[in-house]
Amino acid sequence: MANVISDETIEYVGILAKLELNDEEKENAKKDMESMLDYIDKLNELDTTGVEPMSHVFPVNNVFREDVVTNGDDRENILKNAPEEQNGMFNVPKTFD
Amino acid sequence: MSKEYETVIGLEVHVELATKTKIFCGCSTAFGAEPNAHTCPVCTGMPGSLPVLNKQVVEYAMAVGIATNCDITQYSKFDRKNYFYPDNPQNYQISQLYLPICRNGYVEINGENGKKKVGIHEIHMEEDAGKLIHSEWDDCSMVDYNRSGVPLIEIVSEPDMRSADEVIAYLEKLRLIIQYLGASDCKLNEGSMRADVNLSVREVGAEKFGTRTEMKNLNSFKAIARAIENERQRQIDLIEDGEAVVQETRRWDDNKEYSYAMRSKEDAQDYRYFPEPDLVPIVISDEWIEQVKARQPELRDEKMTRYEADYKIPAYDADIITSSKKMADIFEEAVADGANPKKVSNYLMGETMRLLKDKSMDPDDITFSPANLAALIKLIDAGTINSSVAKEVFEKIFEEDIDPEKYVEENGLKMDNDEDGLRGIIEQVVADNPQSVQDYHNGKEKAIGFLVGQTMKATKGKANPGIINKILKELL
Repeated sequence: MANVISDETIEYVGILAKLELNDEEKENAKKDMESMLDYIDKLNELDTTGVEPMSHVFPVNNVFREDVVTNGDDRENILKNAPEEQNGMFNVPKTFD
Repeated sequence: MSKEYETVIGLEVHVELATKTKIFCGCSTAFGAEPNAHTCPVCTGMPGSLPVLNKQVVEYAMAVGIATNCDITQYSKFDRKNYFYPDNPQNYQISQLYLPICRNGYVEINGENGKKKVGIHEIHMEEDAGKLIHSEWDDCSMVDYNRSGVPLIEIVSEPDMRSADEVIAYLEKLRLIIQYLGASDCKLNEGSMRADVNLSVREVGAEKFGTRTEMKNLNSFKAIARAIENERQRQIDLIEDGEAVVQETRRWDDNKEYSYAMRSKEDAQDYRYFPEPDLVPIVISDEWIEQVKARQPELRDEKMTRYEADYKIPAYDADIITSSKKMADIFEEAVADGANPKKVSNYLMGETMRLLKDKSMDPDDITFSPANLAALIKLIDAGTINSSVAKEVFEKIFEEDIDPEKYVEENGLKMDNDEDGLRGIIEQVVADNPQSVQDYHNGKEKAIGFLVGQTMKATKGKANPGIINKILKELL
């Protein structure tokens, strides 16, 4: 395997993904990431000089919506998605910046 | 000898656009609704929901870019900015990093040393987050997603400002341009315009910039001025003490006039931006740019020139009236209603400004209709009421938007032009005030003012001052 994922990297990726991994899971995740990166490396075999980076596979541009209110008051249904509700709001663990 | 320092400031300004619906869904943006009344699966980040871009957002962003001399990016895209915070239900914000819609613009301000240009690095479109309310009693926070997905533009300036005055001149300029375009109401205290200040100091003559900090939570021009002065001094003190300025984000507390560090560069977030796969690119043709240009309403500078030329009002007046879009609108409507332009201008600059100041209001808070101001001025011009009654009636118009003709009629405030009747009253006033009459004869011209005042009082302010003066002079 050409790509090597360090302990620091797997730790950091875990933090970003909000995942708590035990040692065994970390080792497995490292191997998975390494093989994924190796697979992606295949693309480097292609000469992409002068090719614009692509962000979308469809040859479609300018999909717009007119500025007209189409959503009615569906508050009750939306709030059903809340794990907990209070005063018409979504309850979440206390969060400060 | 102490060193001289220069302050270097750049601004990131967020502006909520005045669209009827959110940026990626058909939910209303109306302010003040019940929590979560204006939400749907898209703006609450439900799996499987897909965003569709509001065309008006693109057009407002283009209009602001054109009015601030930017190049419009004709191939523009959205990107995903990843972060976890409960006010952002998708765990990412759709924004623009790589190809923002506008770049390389500037606005001209009156700086410390005359006119100067403040560069605009870029303007990009993005979505606003929801509002978090922290419970005082329970160990929880509550989220209202009505604001989630409200369209924003972020205007990033170059570090071209050197003082709080220049920052405020720049913000005023941006605010007026955007208000005149109708793209936003730009109210700092309500959060529809928010400014983050990036500030560093360096020794005068130094070429390299110092380490900068970013200041957040600035809700008024006064708070911005105070925060800039405070941060400038804090950084100079650090440097003078041989310490280093740390690159960090700070939060301003305007009550305590103090800022504290929120996060430093070391724990800066890793946003892992990548192209937004749920939205297709925006391709802007030359024709589209021309269409938006053609629809651009008259901006402040053009308005000032036109007021001077067409309405023959002084540059001083035009400057004050156009300093608020609201005042300019009232001026134009009252004049269109047939009122004398200079008199409308006097009422706006004099009485209106005085009442706004007394009541700590902004011009945007004005509720009276231009038609009633025009009607009042016509009553004065027709000699139906005198100027002191007019002031009283105007206060009523300002407060309750009453119809002045009806009000004058109902309260019997018409000017008293009855010479014979007035003569009798004035004779009595003269007889009652021998001392003032004596003073007048002894050369005290001012004594006549007192007698006019007494006559006015006796007629409840309704007498024609011209007639009083005439009769008084005869009697004396």
